[in-house]
Amino acid sequence: MTYSPAPGAASLPRMLVAQAAFEIKLLLRNGEQLLLTAVIPVVLLALLSAVPAFDTAGHERVDFLVPGIIALSVMSTAFTSLAIATGYERRYGALKRLAVSPLPRWALLAAKAIMVSVVEALQIALVCGLGLALGWRPEGSPVSVVILVVIGTAAFAGLGLLMAGTLRAEATLAAANLVYLLLLVLGGVVIPFEQFPAAIRPVLESTPTGALADGLRSVLADGAGLPWRSCAVLIAWAVVGFAAAARWFRWE
Amino acid sequence: MNVSPAVDIDGLVKRYGHTTAVDGLSVRFPAGAVTAVLGPNGAGKTTTVEICEGLRRADSGRVRVLGRDPLRDGAVLRPRVGVMLQEGAGFYPGARAIDMLTHLARLHRTPLDADQLIERLGLRQSAGTPLRRLSGGQRQRVALAAALIGRPELVFLDEPTAGLDPHVRRATWDLISELRSDGVTVVLTTHLIDEAEQLADHVVIIDAGRLAVEGSPQELTAGVGDGVITFGGPPRLDLSSLRAALPETAEVREVTPGGYQVTASVDPHLLATLTSWCATHDILAEGLQVGRRSLEDIYLEATGRAR
Ligand SMILES: Nc1ncnc2c1ncn2[C@@H]1O[C@H](COP(=O)(O)OP(=O)(O)OP(=O)(O)O)[C@@H](O)[C@H]1O
Ligand SMILES: [Mg+2]
Repeated sequence: MTYSPAPGAASLPRMLVAQAAFEIKLLLRNGEQLLLTAVIPVVLLALLSAVPAFDTAGHERVDFLVPGIIALSVMSTAFTSLAIATGYERRYGALKRLAVSPLPRWALLAAKAIMVSVVEALQIALVCGLGLALGWRPEGSPVSVVILVVIGTAAFAGLGLLMAGTLRAEATLAAANLVYLLLLVLGGVVIPFEQFPAAIRPVLESTPTGALADGLRSVLADGAGLPWRSCAVLIAWAVVGFAAAARWFRWE
Repeated sequence: MNVSPAVDIDGLVKRYGHTTAVDGLSVRFPAGAVTAVLGPNGAGKTTTVEICEGLRRADSGRVRVLGRDPLRDGAVLRPRVGVMLQEGAGFYPGARAIDMLTHLARLHRTPLDADQLIERLGLRQSAGTPLRRLSGGQRQRVALAAALIGRPELVFLDEPTAGLDPHVRRATWDLISELRSDGVTVVLTTHLIDEAEQLADHVVIIDAGRLAVEGSPQELTAGVGDGVITFGGPPRLDLSSLRAALPETAEVREVTPGGYQVTASVDPHLLATLTSWCATHDILAEGLQVGRRSLEDIYLEATGRAR
């Protein structure tokens, strides 16, 4: 083997694809992350569709649940998984190492965006497939659903990166899981907002999960158009999250 | 060196709050050679190297790596420069060595073969273990491999052999020698004087963020009047009569109990003076040795820890 110099970066598309594929591979190989992103949503949907655990605000159970579980899936990937993975990458210096590799920083962020999108697409396919098998009859426009999922993803990702870039990795792990659990219960995923006291309802509806679940439900269950209020809430979170992350994110 | 240096640092200053980590450092690292940067903990080695890598921003001064500005021309430099961070940091905790190296290889145009590199660094056994579970020394080797995978023309290795067992350390020295013969410029930091002595064409000693001395190991240890005589005798001898007998510039001290050292411009006459003093005082002068100052002596003096 010779070490004689032959330096050069791979082409940008190759680097981008390689980075995204690498991150997806690592995520799919991680058992705990799969539990959050695939197992919990699927089990919740199957169980709660079968058992009348909660009142479902006048909808068929599966029609009520699928939009909530989609919101949960988006949160699990764009927030929880992203925050935990990025937190540990920072802690072990992976981000610093990449900063001296030929991969530009924007391409690293783009690769993460691709990773999140691919995993979400898989999750949504899984959840919708299971929903259809359980008798789900979606309404509304798929375009509205895509718009909601995209801005929802941005809202979660900004907050996830903020957490990963400022807290210690262990703290990020604990906090990201805690937020996931809290918003699973309080974010309109499986329990309708009507079942909470009126005083805290506006707060719950203003969480990213609440806004996304509510918005998806109004499209998919009620056949409404693009829900402006939900969009506005999610955009606000996205702007705040990314601005704060850009300001305070520390790479090492 | 008649060719232009691989790294040219001029008046570099870097502060962290009230700490001045690098305090007006000016130094050049020659191309096509191995440069060893020595200095006490906190001397500013890592800071300097990371500024050259474009990871940190200098407060003032001018740094050129391969003739380019590490921050402004980062995109051009990064493919050409290999980096090993201190303590083998810089990996995806869940990835295996082979995944990490294969991935980094994909970011380069004509990389080395990850499998061969794993073999070469003796990582075959640990290649399938997640990196966070590897031992410190194994991780260091992965980090070294990562620095080389893109076939860079210049590598920065921050303490590449710290914490390695003696066999692996030798193997790493061999590897670094191979790099040099294949035309790769190497800049490494180390606390091991013998490592610098064995490997380096150029030694740079920095202390408190400033250049203390630099030169080839031969140049550094060959200064005129820099001979050393060491000998053994009973502890706590009264050395004043010896000092009086020797030339004024000679220094005499007891470096360890019963271990004496004379630093002077050594010639046969001086040696005779010493041995006759020993005869007068009935001292056998066990292990008497005439030699040059070692690089270690130079280091200890340069970094102010001689006494
Ligand atoms: N990120 C940082 N923030 C604050 N201070 C820092 C930072 N990095 C380094 N320092 C300080 O700068 C000085 C130089 O540190 P540096 O890591 O460059 O030393 P070094 O020569 O590499 O030491 P060692 O041999 O222990 O690796 C030290 O006093 C250190 O505490
Ligand atoms: Mg250091």
